[in-house]
Amino acid sequence: MLPAQQARLAADIAELADHHGRCRSALLPILQGIQRDHHQISDFAMQEVARQLDIHPVEVYGVVTFYSFLNTGREGRMVVRLCRTISCDMQHKDRIARQLENDLGIKFGDTTSDGRFTLQWAHCLGMCDQGPALLVNDQVFTRVNCEQVHEILENCRKTFTASGHVLTTGHGHGTAKEAFAR
Amino acid sequence: MAFLKPISPNTSTTRAPQSQRRNEPEAIGPGTMVSVTIDGATTEVPYATTILDAAKKLNIKIPTLCHHPDLCVAGVCRICVVEIEGMRNLQASCAYPLTQPLKVNTHSRTVRQARRHVLDLMLANHYGQCTTCWRNGNCELQQLAEEYGVDMTRFGSVVTPKHEIDRSSYSVVRDMNKCIGCRRCVRTCIDLQEVGALEATRRGAETLISTFQDKPLGDVVCIACGQCINRCPTGALMANDPTDDVWAAIDDPKKHVVIQTAPSPRAAIGECFGQPPGTALTFELNTALRYCGFDKIFDTNFTADLTIIEEGTELLMRLHRALVGGDTTAAVPQFTSCSPGWVKYLEHFYPEMIPHMSTAKSPQQMFGTIIKTYYAKVHNIDPADIVTVALMPCSAKKFECNRPEMAASGYKDVDFGLTTREMAAMIKEAGVDLPNVPPSEFDSPFGTATGSGVVFGATGGVMEAALRTVIELVTGEKVETLFENANIMPVRGFDGVRYAELKIPKVGPVPPILQHLFKDFEWLNGVTLKVGVAHGTANAKRVIEDIKAGGKFSECHFIEFMACPGGCLGGGGQPIPTSPEIRAARAKAIYAEDMGYDIRKSHENPDVLRIYEEFLTDGPCGHKSHELLHTSYTVRGRFIL
Amino acid sequence: MSTRNPILFNDIPAESGLRRALEMHPLDIVAEVRASGLKGRGGAGFPTAMKWQLAAAAEGATKYVVCNADEGEPGTFKDRVLLSDFADLVFEGMTIASLAIGATGGIVYLRGEYTYLVAHLESVLARRRQANLLGNDILGRKDWNFDIVIHLGSGAYVCGEETALIESLEGHRGEPRNRPPFPVNTGYMGRPTIVNNVETLCLAARVLARGATWFRQYGTHASTGSKLFSVSGDCAKPGVYELPMGITIADLLVEVGGLGAKAVQVGGASGHCVPSRLFDRTLAFEDAPTGGSIIIFGQQRDMLAVARNFMEFFVDESCGQCTPCRYGNSVLLDGIERLEKGTCSIRHLNELKALGETMELASKCGLGQSAPKAFLSIIEHFHDEVLGREPPHFAA
Repeated sequence: MLPAQQARLAADIAELADHHGRCRSALLPILQGIQRDHHQISDFAMQEVARQLDIHPVEVYGVVTFYSFLNTGREGRMVVRLCRTISCDMQHKDRIARQLENDLGIKFGDTTSDGRFTLQWAHCLGMCDQGPALLVNDQVFTRVNCEQVHEILENCRKTFTASGHVLTTGHGHGTAKEAFAR
Repeated sequence: MAFLKPISPNTSTTRAPQSQRRNEPEAIGPGTMVSVTIDGATTEVPYATTILDAAKKLNIKIPTLCHHPDLCVAGVCRICVVEIEGMRNLQASCAYPLTQPLKVNTHSRTVRQARRHVLDLMLANHYGQCTTCWRNGNCELQQLAEEYGVDMTRFGSVVTPKHEIDRSSYSVVRDMNKCIGCRRCVRTCIDLQEVGALEATRRGAETLISTFQDKPLGDVVCIACGQCINRCPTGALMANDPTDDVWAAIDDPKKHVVIQTAPSPRAAIGECFGQPPGTALTFELNTALRYCGFDKIFDTNFTADLTIIEEGTELLMRLHRALVGGDTTAAVPQFTSCSPGWVKYLEHFYPEMIPHMSTAKSPQQMFGTIIKTYYAKVHNIDPADIVTVALMPCSAKKFECNRPEMAASGYKDVDFGLTTREMAAMIKEAGVDLPNVPPSEFDSPFGTATGSGVVFGATGGVMEAALRTVIELVTGEKVETLFENANIMPVRGFDGVRYAELKIPKVGPVPPILQHLFKDFEWLNGVTLKVGVAHGTANAKRVIEDIKAGGKFSECHFIEFMACPGGCLGGGGQPIPTSPEIRAARAKAIYAEDMGYDIRKSHENPDVLRIYEEFLTDGPCGHKSHELLHTSYTVRGRFIL
Repeated sequence: MSTRNPILFNDIPAESGLRRALEMHPLDIVAEVRASGLKGRGGAGFPTAMKWQLAAAAEGATKYVVCNADEGEPGTFKDRVLLSDFADLVFEGMTIASLAIGATGGIVYLRGEYTYLVAHLESVLARRRQANLLGNDILGRKDWNFDIVIHLGSGAYVCGEETALIESLEGHRGEPRNRPPFPVNTGYMGRPTIVNNVETLCLAARVLARGATWFRQYGTHASTGSKLFSVSGDCAKPGVYELPMGITIADLLVEVGGLGAKAVQVGGASGHCVPSRLFDRTLAFEDAPTGGSIIIFGQQRDMLAVARNFMEFFVDESCGQCTPCRYGNSVLLDGIERLEKGTCSIRHLNELKALGETMELASKCGLGQSAPKAFLSIIEHFHDEVLGREPPHFAA
């Protein structure tokens, strides 16, 4: 990583730490923020977080590897997670899985070479009555059939071309800070 | 989000997850007792005593693996499960506090089956043959397999190893194929030592005790203290063993192989030969080492005395600069530098405090230098043909002797550091029954040692030795007039952090050995000497933070730090197992040995005085001693590349 | 008396529970909940009033109410519905709980998979703050200060276990703690904390609104009130149903159009598989307990494939802390693979059953203790179906 990139990442982390606090209980929100904005919690990011919170880097690593939505390796800007649990399984999630692999040209666990898509399995997404279900970043798609796979991916691609980057949820859920400040 | 902020600002001291902390007994009147019936026997124990401890009181043995007397509760291995009347599930006895009367069965059918299953599962995921394992005969898993009559691997076994053995560290070798996930090493590293090199990573069946980003141990922030080795129940952690190289040197007729033995291994090596902890075998060891083929056997106490002279002189010089010269850069308090784990800890975590570190080398490294210079010269041996071996209680000493700057003699000053365990293995290999060989003396010219050198092995010992010398040199009075039998009790004990004050009642004339440095000691007259002692790096951290915050330790003049709990006698190279009781027994042996010496103070050691006359002629902290006996430190920091 | 949608989905005026609680002494709130017989709806069925009472009695100025919205049990989605359509009711329940135990902080631990709900929940919270339903001196009651934040999970099923959830809130790996001490004494940040399921909190609000006697008229003696069932699988009308506790599986199947089912998985991956001959069992804490997950298997389903799906789930989602769960799940999964290949001896199968029993008894937390249940019940009830299989043929 270039020094300039490192500095930018460090500044982002400092901002997240300012927002969520510099204590261990802020660790997950900070890591979630890094994952959302940088699509990866890199070696440097983990050490910077550890420094900001005064904990050991290996503790951050232990946490990142524990949670399946946090990743030390680079993820695509869109993470497609297909539910593999029983109800979706019974609703032919395997067909959707093949279609996703075919349309993206990658296998589960991989990222497209343009860095746009990562394909992953997920456990129960809580959409069992409307399976098969998949998440694309924070957006949920239900009753997905093979034809819709193409449609969903194309819509994602259009988002790329339109804005150059993908919409994320932003800092929406952090407003509680003000709530308790009162 | 104010209410999400930690309640105590002191979070770092209890950073281990709640699940891995000792159960805090609820606030209830002291002295409250709870009755418990275990296997039919009833007793009363203090409120919130664990079932395991209550069973111990009744002499009922419950097997344990993840439990360790030095560490907080984990309750993860589940080998210690017991059945409690009225409860469906089995409970981990190590983690279950008694808060109401209970009836417990420690070996019902269900319990036995559960334990057997737990063992079967561990063995099914444990790779390696006992016959080729260094913990053969000293392995808790192996012992449990025997006790529970494991006769087959009903859930399979590992055919090919999954993990490469990590030999990147000079000190600690990790073979994760043998790991059973008890997390004692994690609790040792994060809680006990607060170093944080190891942690559980991933989850589920993939869970792996690992380093940051699975990097080689040699590349992460590890202080090489080896405390994790001492607490590992299996052979997953071991010291980097140079035994083969040492044998090769012994077998090479061209090589002159010299070994120095430190006091702590001598007080503990008996444990490897079935002796109770606290059996000192100092002079039996000399015989055994000669039998093994070492050419000369010296006592590290000699350079311990030398260290005291150098470090004590350095302290007086710093105090002079600070008290007389008003020099704010004098970096008082001075920190001791004999514990290489502590040195590395400071270099990683508080590099800004390096100026406080005494520049005096540790006794091990001073000896290496002296042997390859003075001794080589006196005995007319080419230092290139000398192999210096150090028997140490320590795994960090292996790292220390490999530090690039440790070559003042022009050669690698100390070639190999051996742990107590490795030495025991060599002696066994040579067929020597150590406890039953006749004692014999150390070799000259470093044959004379003092009690001060011996007490280095216990926490507070360096401080005690330094005080004995400094007080006598400054006051001109015998230290016995201030402390009975020259035992400076305020700095002894096992409290993690200790603080003591000693008023200098009068000053005497400057003794000859220091006349090149001081005209008089009037400037010390009436000064109250403030000293501190800390052992275990978690305690060291507390002291350093106190200094940085301007607390009472910031007003200290001299502070002894030891990386390992208990000091060197609890070192990472000592026999396994370890516990507070075992360390106390070793300390007792060390203090008893101290009392047995005719000479108890470093500055009275005639061999040390002779070396200043013959070799280090410009005196303590003089030019030559600086070149040979002092060192420098490296700013390492915490960033892992 | 309608048996459909009697309590939660009933049309009861908003905040009526909260307004009634406002007039009551905290101890009376707990007493009302106790009288209702309400038990935790996450699956374990711990009496809610006892939790509240212990937390209320625990010393400390700072206490927490945590809403467990880490709905990860396969086949469960009722909390998603509650959070989407009844968010006010959830927060009302939390606010009542705060009054009952004297808590100042509320946390919703929302699973990361439901991140899309955050914006909605935040807007509801903002509206409630505006209406003085949260904040300081709530509804004019002096010194009743309470507010709620949302904390997102990051994809870990085990965080639904209450002590693992607290570990996660504190920024650690979601590894369950030793109990005792219990969260009601030593919870989040070491402070007294109650962790209640989304549905439990909603029901508590209803209990306060309509009274314990009204609540008790639904359900059975040991399982009072109604239950939300998340129904999925082979049926005509999957979805969330509110039905009284104690309904038989057969009756539920009629309700959802699942007649002719071969088996029903009650309680998700950590529950039991009930074969058709036992469909007269009741869905209640005293018989077949469930956190709400009902998965229906039609006649065409391969029960071994079902067992495999559940076992793979646990191999992945175990926290990896204790030995029985970390290694045991893999051994059971290996057993399933042997059964699939037709290479599992009865002797080995018996070993696996015994191991499953050990996992149930000796694992550290509820997840580990329930991980082998699906496997064991499928092996028990579909013994003949899983044994002696022909090895699968592989294409050359």
